[in-house]
Amino acid sequence: MILLLMPVIQIILFGFAMSTEVKNTKVVVLANQADEVTHQLIERIDASQYFEIAVIAHNSGDIDNAFRDGTAKLAIIFENGFSKKLTHDGKAHIQLIADATDPNAATSFVFYAGNIINSYRQELMPVQSAAGMIQPEVKMLYNPQMISAYNFVPGVLGMIMLLICAMMTSIAIVREKEMGTMEILLVSPMKPIYTMLSKIAPYFVLSVINFATIMLLSVYVLHVPVSGSFISLVFISLLYIFVSLALGLLISTITSTQLAAMFISGMGLMLPVMLLSGMIFPIENMPGILRFISNFVPARWYIDAVKTIMIKGLSITDVGTDVAVLSVMAVLLVIASVKKFKVRLE
Amino acid sequence: MTEIIKPSLEKVIVTENLTKKFGHFTAVDHISFEVNRGEIFGFLGANGAGKTTAMRMLCGLSKPTSGEGTVAGFDIHKQPEMVKKNIGYMSQKFSLYDDLKVWENIELFGGIYGMTDNEIKLKTDELMGRLNFESERDNLVKSLPLGFKQKLAFSVSIFHTPKVVFLDEPTGGVDPITRRKFWEMIYEAAASGITVFVTTHYMDEAEYCDRVSIMVDGRIEALDSPANLKEQYNARNMDGVFQQLARKAKRVDS
Repeated sequence: MILLLMPVIQIILFGFAMSTEVKNTKVVVLANQADEVTHQLIERIDASQYFEIAVIAHNSGDIDNAFRDGTAKLAIIFENGFSKKLTHDGKAHIQLIADATDPNAATSFVFYAGNIINSYRQELMPVQSAAGMIQPEVKMLYNPQMISAYNFVPGVLGMIMLLICAMMTSIAIVREKEMGTMEILLVSPMKPIYTMLSKIAPYFVLSVINFATIMLLSVYVLHVPVSGSFISLVFISLLYIFVSLALGLLISTITSTQLAAMFISGMGLMLPVMLLSGMIFPIENMPGILRFISNFVPARWYIDAVKTIMIKGLSITDVGTDVAVLSVMAVLLVIASVKKFKVRLE
Repeated sequence: MTEIIKPSLEKVIVTENLTKKFGHFTAVDHISFEVNRGEIFGFLGANGAGKTTAMRMLCGLSKPTSGEGTVAGFDIHKQPEMVKKNIGYMSQKFSLYDDLKVWENIELFGGIYGMTDNEIKLKTDELMGRLNFESERDNLVKSLPLGFKQKLAFSVSIFHTPKVVFLDEPTGGVDPITRRKFWEMIYEAAASGITVFVTTHYMDEAEYCDRVSIMVDGRIEALDSPANLKEQYNARNMDGVFQQLARKAKRVDS
C-alpha cells in the first residue's frame, strides 16, 4: 500500500510543491498620486500570473504592516508625480522592496517585477530613447546582503529538532517494545507516564543542546543575527520541541517495529518538512490543496515564527498565530498519544 | 536447596469469574481459580486459548471486563499499583537491556522496584556467587549465551522478592539440560516462598508443577495436580491429557 502510494505522493509533491518560480506573490502598492500611468502599471502587475495586488497602501506605515504580518512579500512604491516626471523629465523612480528572508525568492520577485515594468515602458514609448526611463530602485528588506543563511537557518532548526525529537523518541520507545523490556517496565510499579517521560527526557535535553549549537553556529559562524528577542525564540523553540516529542510519542504508540517507526517518521515527517514547510519552496506558490496540507505541518509554523523573530526582528506578539497553532497541535498530539497508549494497555 | 516450605493454604491469587472481552470476542471467559502460597502453578493452553490475556489481567496490564481477582492480597481492579509492587514478571524473550552490563541490569530493575542501593549491592553479590556469575558481572547482556540470559532474566524478576512471579513461557528456545536446570531454579524460588505462575507449551514441564490448569477457548477446562489429571483422563502423561482437552477447542489458532 505504502509502496504503491509513495510514487504518487512524491510525483505530486515534487511536481507542484517544488517550484521556486514566482506565482501569485502578494504585493503591496503605494502610489500617493495615482494617475493613468500608475493605474495601468498596477493593473499590468496584477494581471500577470506572478503577482497579485493584496494591499493598496496609503502611507509607508501600511507597507511596514503588510511585511510584518506577512500579507505581502513585495512592495512597489511610485514616487510622487510619477507619470508627469516620466513624460517631462523622461525619468521616473519606482521603488521595489522585497522581503529577503528568502533571498532567492526576493531576487526572483524583483527580477519579474522589473521585467513587467520594462515591457510596459517599451509599449508606452516604443521609440528606443533615453526618454521614458523608469528607474527601479531595489531594496532588500531584513536581509540587505542577501545572505542565504538567513533562509536556511530557520529551516535547519525546524528540521533537525523534528528529526531528533520525533524520530529518535519514537525509535527509542519502539525499540523497547521490540526487545520486550517495555513489557517489563509496564508490569513494574513505575507509573507508565513516568516511563514515557524518562524515555523522552534524554531527547529533550539533546534537542535543547542542538538548538544551542545551531544558534551559536548561526550567530558566530554564519553571522545571522538574532534581531528579535532571544527569549521569544527560546520560548517558541521549546514549544516546537514539545510538539515534536509528542509526535514521536504518538508514532511510537501506533508502530511496533523500529523499521516502521523510522519509515513513518522518515517519509511522514521528513518529506513534508522539507517540501511543505516553506523551508525550500515558498508556500504561496503551491496549489491550494498542498497549501492546505501545509497547515498541518508543525515545522511550517515554527519556521515562520523563527523567521519573524530572528530575521525580521519582531516580537512574540507578531507570531501569535504560530504560537497558537503550535500549542493546539501540542495539546492534541499529547491527548492522542495518551489515548492510544491507554488503549494498548487495555 | 535449603528447607522446603510446603504449599501452605494462604491464597496468593484468587480469581472469580474473571472475564475479558475485546468487542464481541471473549478472550477469557469467566475463569475462577485459586493459587496457594509457594505453589508452582502451571497455566496451560493452546495458542489463542486466552493464557496471555489472563496473565496480563493478573499483572495489572489489562483491565478485566468483569469478574473479581486478587493478587498477593490486592484487588486487581482497585489496587493495580500495589499488585505491581508485589509481583515479578519474566517475558518469553528474556527481556533485559542488551546494551547494559549484567550488574547494571540488576541495579536498574532493583531501583525500579524501589530497593535501596545497599540492598541491591548485597543481593547482587550474593546472586553472582550463587549463580557462578562473578566472571560475567561486567559483561554486556547481549554477549551472554541464551541459557545465562534466561537465568539472569529469572533472577532479575525475583530480585525484589515478590510474592508471585509470572513466567511467560520461560523455557522457549533453550536445550533440555538448560531447561532442567532452569526448573531447579524455579523449585528454589518456590521453596523460598515465592509463588510461581508459569505458562508453558512443554508438557513434560507441566509434570513439574504442583497443580496445572488447562485453558480451552477462554475457559479453564481442567485444574488439578498432574497425577490426578492423568488418572481422571486415563492418560499416560500430561501430553495425553492436553490432547484430549485441546481437541475440543473450537477457536481456530489466530
